[in-house]
Amino acid sequence: MKRVYAREEVCAGCKLCEVYCATAHSEYPSSILKAFQRQETRPVARILVEVDQPLTFALQCRHCEEADCTQGCITGAMTKDPETGIVTNDESRCVGCWTCVLVCPYGAIKRDESGHKVASKCDLCSNNDTNPICVQKCPNNALIFAEISKGGD
Amino acid sequence: MKYVVIGNSAAGIGTIEGIRQVDPEGSIMLISDEAYHTYSRPLISYYLAGKVKSEKMYYREANFYEKMNVTLRLGLKVEAILPEEKTISLSTGEKVEYEKLMLATGGKPIIPEMPGLQLKGVFSFLKWDDVKDIEANLKKDDKVVIIGAGLIGLKAAEAIAGLEAQVTVVELANRVLSAILDEEAAGIVQETIEDKGVEFHLNNTVKEIKGSNDKVSGVQLQDGTQLECDAVIIAIGVSPNKDLGSEAGLTVNRGIVVDDYLRTNYTDIYAAGDVSEGYDILYKQNRVLPILPNAYRQGSTAGRNMAGKDERYQGGFAMNAISFFGLPMITAGIIKPDSTEFTEMIESGVAKKNYRKIVTRGNKLVGFIALNKVDRAGILTGLMEKETDINPFKDKLLDKDFGYAHLPKEYRHEQLLGVTK
Repeated sequence: MKRVYAREEVCAGCKLCEVYCATAHSEYPSSILKAFQRQETRPVARILVEVDQPLTFALQCRHCEEADCTQGCITGAMTKDPETGIVTNDESRCVGCWTCVLVCPYGAIKRDESGHKVASKCDLCSNNDTNPICVQKCPNNALIFAEISKGGD
Repeated sequence: MKYVVIGNSAAGIGTIEGIRQVDPEGSIMLISDEAYHTYSRPLISYYLAGKVKSEKMYYREANFYEKMNVTLRLGLKVEAILPEEKTISLSTGEKVEYEKLMLATGGKPIIPEMPGLQLKGVFSFLKWDDVKDIEANLKKDDKVVIIGAGLIGLKAAEAIAGLEAQVTVVELANRVLSAILDEEAAGIVQETIEDKGVEFHLNNTVKEIKGSNDKVSGVQLQDGTQLECDAVIIAIGVSPNKDLGSEAGLTVNRGIVVDDYLRTNYTDIYAAGDVSEGYDILYKQNRVLPILPNAYRQGSTAGRNMAGKDERYQGGFAMNAISFFGLPMITAGIIKPDSTEFTEMIESGVAKKNYRKIVTRGNKLVGFIALNKVDRAGILTGLMEKETDINPFKDKLLDKDFGYAHLPKEYRHEQLLGVTK
């Protein structure tokens, strides 16, 4: 499947991917201003820029083939779509127990405690075709959306 | 039947999903003594607290068995397994032949011998029916004594305190959650729960349940203390539900002993989940690991093997994510080592209820506690699972921003750029 990969050598560490991701998953997906000013709770980004200067890169769910989060989920809310391979969390069934946070080896699942406590994670903007918003908006092409075969880079 | 699965919780469901990954056709029968569509056992305390409604209790969607083409036999018991004849007999008198059999019978509550167990108002806290029973009998302002301050006991305490009952917890150990926390972390958690009105008696246990008119009226503790109460919940722990296996001649230790492929000593009979004793990669020996992620993974691996694969189960270790009254914690592995071969690193901010501890053995991470600040704890779990050499970044492990940026470039690229898992 296609996944988002970071090119850490060109990442500027600007965190725009975080801003656009949070906005796209907010109540006002098309307006950064409204998302951050009108939504009662602060929008949560599902991508995380790691920093250990001068190194920076963005990291999000890897949509694992054998996903620890779907296997460990106590409610059955976390599932992998057999067709697209996208791992998503059914927030209406999630109780915020954080077992997925315990088992995700990438640290890619966030806690969204703004309302009903839920695990929040990358859904590839729910498609496996067009570029997710983080890839579209990266000003330095530090994120690519591609299918990479085993062992390749 | 080609496959018979006994047990309808995480390990049994994992088995069915594992079988179907390999064999879309072969007949499967699922048998369970509980008459429910598969539901999540860890959610029973949420159900009792009113946080999860009946329709959200189910572990898989309503058409799951249909989709998996499973013949469902709920609400009946398996009386015996006859391994030589590859047959099981049911409580209805029927006999069912199998080619491959899975024992995913889970655990049962440990109930210590004591006077008063037969009284009305004594409950356990493991199945959905247990909490439905409590729900039907509990009234506001009732006094409830919970025996055991482990994961189950404290989840019960949280739910029942939320129903405006008065809760007292009695625990034999010197601290709460002794299996997953050390003294300092346990102290923080205990204080948080006490703030909500729950009382604790540590280093103590219930010696006798007292009653009047066949109903619970109080308990007497080991140190002589008498407590009045309307209900007693026994939450000491869970032991493997292994009798069916041992009576059939399976090798049984604390749980049903399985090899790296989840097979018992009979090659056509498998066991997984809380009933089994599988390999613990930290203790380097077989142990019962009664946690859901382990149950599911063992089940799905066994399922693929039952359907013809030859897949080794990598083994597991203890790990838990749980919260009490909004205070989350994630812990894994060896959290309170008792020998000098281990090293501990601790960062503590008690005022903010933050506590982090790392336990290492040589150049490997073998355990951690993360209290309150639990984000990205899975990176640590992953380092334990992969037995990664932590020496290059050991001094960063307790940093609040610890992440892949601190891991060696080669390892990071392999993990993040390679096709995953």
